[in-house]
Amino acid sequence: MTKTIDKNFSMPKCFNERSKPSLYCPGCGQSIFLKHLGFIIDDLEIQGKTTLGIDIGCSLLAWNFFNFDIVQTHHGRSVPVAVGYKLSNKRRIVMSIMGDGGGYAIGLQSLLHAAFRNNPISVFVLNNTGYSMTGGQMAPTSIPGEITTTSPSGKDPKNSGKAFHGPELIKQISDNSAYIARASVSNPIMLQKMIKKTLENQIKNNSFSFLEVLTPCPTNWKTTASESFNFLSKMEKEFPIGEMTKNEK
Amino acid sequence: MIDGGYLEKLSYITGNEAAVLGAINGDAECFFGYPITPATEILEGWIKKAEENNNLNYLQTEDEIAAGFAVIGALLAGKKAFTATAGIGHVLMQDPISMAENERLPFVGIIAQRGGPSTGTVIYSQQELNLASYGGNGDGLRIVYSASSVSEVYYLSQKIFSIAWKYRFPTFLLTDGYLAKQRVNTKLEKYLKPFPSSKILREMKDKPTHLRNCYGSEIEFANILKRNIADYKSLINKVSESESYKASDSKYLIIAHGSVASAAKDSVDILRNSNVKAGLLRPITIRPLDSRNIRRLALKAEKVFIIESAFEQFARMIIFKVPEIANKTVKIYKPAEGFTPDEIASLVNEKI
Repeated sequence: MTKTIDKNFSMPKCFNERSKPSLYCPGCGQSIFLKHLGFIIDDLEIQGKTTLGIDIGCSLLAWNFFNFDIVQTHHGRSVPVAVGYKLSNKRRIVMSIMGDGGGYAIGLQSLLHAAFRNNPISVFVLNNTGYSMTGGQMAPTSIPGEITTTSPSGKDPKNSGKAFHGPELIKQISDNSAYIARASVSNPIMLQKMIKKTLENQIKNNSFSFLEVLTPCPTNWKTTASESFNFLSKMEKEFPIGEMTKNEK
Repeated sequence: MIDGGYLEKLSYITGNEAAVLGAINGDAECFFGYPITPATEILEGWIKKAEENNNLNYLQTEDEIAAGFAVIGALLAGKKAFTATAGIGHVLMQDPISMAENERLPFVGIIAQRGGPSTGTVIYSQQELNLASYGGNGDGLRIVYSASSVSEVYYLSQKIFSIAWKYRFPTFLLTDGYLAKQRVNTKLEKYLKPFPSSKILREMKDKPTHLRNCYGSEIEFANILKRNIADYKSLINKVSESESYKASDSKYLIIAHGSVASAAKDSVDILRNSNVKAGLLRPITIRPLDSRNIRRLALKAEKVFIIESAFEQFARMIIFKVPEIANKTVKIYKPAEGFTPDEIASLVNEKI
């Protein structure tokens, strides 16, 4: 692990250099996550064995991010594409990356059923409490009181529900062999450890593996660097970091 | 691959059984679907076959959207994958199909048409013609076949895989509940050498495949659409097909497809027996239409009858291709209801 952390100021080897600098906004948590994911893929030496499915929304900006096969799908649909691909190509390590809208709203049905069936794919949902590509609308993950363009007076839990807890829900229906966790980009050591487990559980246990990652969105939060980290800390209180697997591994 | 002896035993089959056998003979390897009448027996029949044959894969998904996207996942891995659906399931399926149109993926679907809008009826219609042909957002390009007998369901269920993989456009076979559920003695003798599939995500570390359906500029995307349209235009003459029956000397030309064409074929004989020079033109491809043959025969005829179990969906397609026939065309439609040969014969007799 320390080996990869030491390289934080360099770029992962599996990056597609031609797609850099990336199209992500300054301060975006998704590009931070993708960098850590790249380091872990290097570390596990699986660049040649990996296939990635991504959604639309901000995740589509990763369509050529890495030097391995990537397919950009529709909102919430990278999970069923990954399920169909893995079923047809069992030796590949198959990942899906979505935002919290793709995972917990429009694509929740597919996410839950992939977990329920224990499809051996690794799913990453990046939670920034909003719909970012479309300009900062309320998401299921928006925190009560959070101001967005579709909750201008603050999210009212009476109408829109409280903050949606994805990993906690998935835990209820998943197999004991599934890996389920939540990380935050504020803690890169823990984030890398959990990314690694999310991939290793697919490889070693042939099981569904799920990681939610808390990520800042300064553009839509309209926050400065320090304000972004303050809001991320608030999110970490609402969405506890940690592993939620049923059996200890 | 199924051997001849095996097929002989199964020759008394339904349209949905013919679809499963045809797909297997077309080298299909993977099925994803969600139960919906009247297409369900394709899902059931495939699973039964998959339990006997380890090379066949399947998943009953949570909905039609997931079924379609899982088909896409499987074909990205180079597998000949398909789905079967109907009605409102077919509506949901447009989400993955539009992705397949954008990324030129060889998506294959069998659509057993039922009545609509909405849940409609569970049995029969020809009302999914527009949806199957033009259901996507944007100028989607697809290939759509319409079968008019169980043996043709068998034949075309093989063919759609080769067409999809050869030309890389989503390809569909339209049937209907009558065709899907009727059990008839069927010759399963036609065999096509399947066009091979290949990995679309090629798993090359140095030259990774990056597929997207979203573009940053109008010009960049427009160039891709122009290329796709040019590719589609160049396949029209190779793919479009139609059958004509006693049409070359006909004064009264019936144009119909699917089950209606099957009834119309008998009505041509009924009309000919009473000295009415009727003929039938049956498009086998709904999209692209065999416009050359339609034009050639329709312009010659004194009157044209376009008959369908939908409200002018088929008629609009035909008249758009041969606008000169508009004034001499009688449009006969019964949305979501079938026609008998006698009925078609008397409807034609009334108008001549």
